[in-house]
Amino acid sequence: MAASLYAADPPATIRTVELEGLTLLYHRRSGLTHILAPPAPQILAALALGPAGADEIVARIGADFEVKAEDPAMAIAARLAELEAAGLVWRHLSPSLKQGRG
Amino acid sequence: MRHIFRLQVGPVAFRIGSEWRQPVEALRRLYAGYPEPDGACDFTVRLEAERPWRRWLRPSVAMRGDYVLPDAAPLPLAQGLLAAEMGMNLQMALGQKNFLLLHAASLERDGRGLLMTGHSGAGKSTLAALLGERGWRFMGDEFALLGLDDGSLHPFPRVVSLKNESLALFGGVDPERLGPVLTGTPKGTIRHLRPEAGAIARMTESTRPALILFPRFGRELEPATREVGAAEAFMRLTQASTNYVALGELGFGALTSLVSSLPARAIDYSDAEQAEDLIERLWSEA
Repeated sequence: MAASLYAADPPATIRTVELEGLTLLYHRRSGLTHILAPPAPQILAALALGPAGADEIVARIGADFEVKAEDPAMAIAARLAELEAAGLVWRHLSPSLKQGRG
Repeated sequence: MRHIFRLQVGPVAFRIGSEWRQPVEALRRLYAGYPEPDGACDFTVRLEAERPWRRWLRPSVAMRGDYVLPDAAPLPLAQGLLAAEMGMNLQMALGQKNFLLLHAASLERDGRGLLMTGHSGAGKSTLAALLGERGWRFMGDEFALLGLDDGSLHPFPRVVSLKNESLALFGGVDPERLGPVLTGTPKGTIRHLRPEAGAIARMTESTRPALILFPRFGRELEPATREVGAAEAFMRLTQASTNYVALGELGFGALTSLVSSLPARAIDYSDAEQAEDLIERLWSEA
């Protein structure tokens, strides 16, 4: 089975403020405030380019941010699960999958 | 309502109605010198008998208002004053939309504002009242009002409710400024103190906040100060705000700009004099 693809709200729908290495994020749709530690803000920035899986996210953020983990894709997948639970990212279904379900 | 008292505290106008004369008279005495609102009032607090027949048989006071908590405990009539104060708190906490409301004390000196917030028992009311007697302008002990557009601190100098042992610190004030001693309240023995005249006269003057303090009181605590990071200050202030969530992005903007623009410190103290020394030291550095 292919790894899950994730999507996030476009940057225009959130407001962020950097404070001492943490990112305060106001999510306009839910009205909730989140306090994010790296690499969560970097993941959201990577997803602003379009839906992606953990491997692709590692590749996208690799240019400016080093994921300090033995298996970066696993570490990113764990953060994706947390962001999904917080309602900031969700599983993206590709058009072919959506058709298959219909 | 047979008895009405209208009261302006900073930018907020209250109308307190009561079926009984005593609480309204007590409020009038306590709030002597406060202006009367020009026009319509922002919030209404009504003190009513819990059941019609209880007005005559063992009267108790129930709070009613624009916002009503169904389980707001009825209080004996003798504590109608406390009920009115609690009603005003409740209206502010639930209904205020024009400011970011922080459960905090605020003071001003030399054109700069000091915010103090902490858990119940941290001593912010006592410290604010004490500093208000020692050269600071008292701006409020319960709610600090932060402007949503410009981040300025607006006074809300209501009377201070002094609890139990802190009453002894105010033995020297003019007795005219003290309300009746209320015993057996949910918070123990309480006595209200009217802020000094300057604080009332300047209740429309806002100020720029300059320092955030998180005091902690404990008899066994050694005096200490500690820097509080902006992210921690943000988190603690969202918890100290009654309307942060309701204000949405406006609240987020006001609070993030507050914590990113001023220093925040925690202080531990075991008596008021110690706290005053620590505050003076941090104030001179801020």
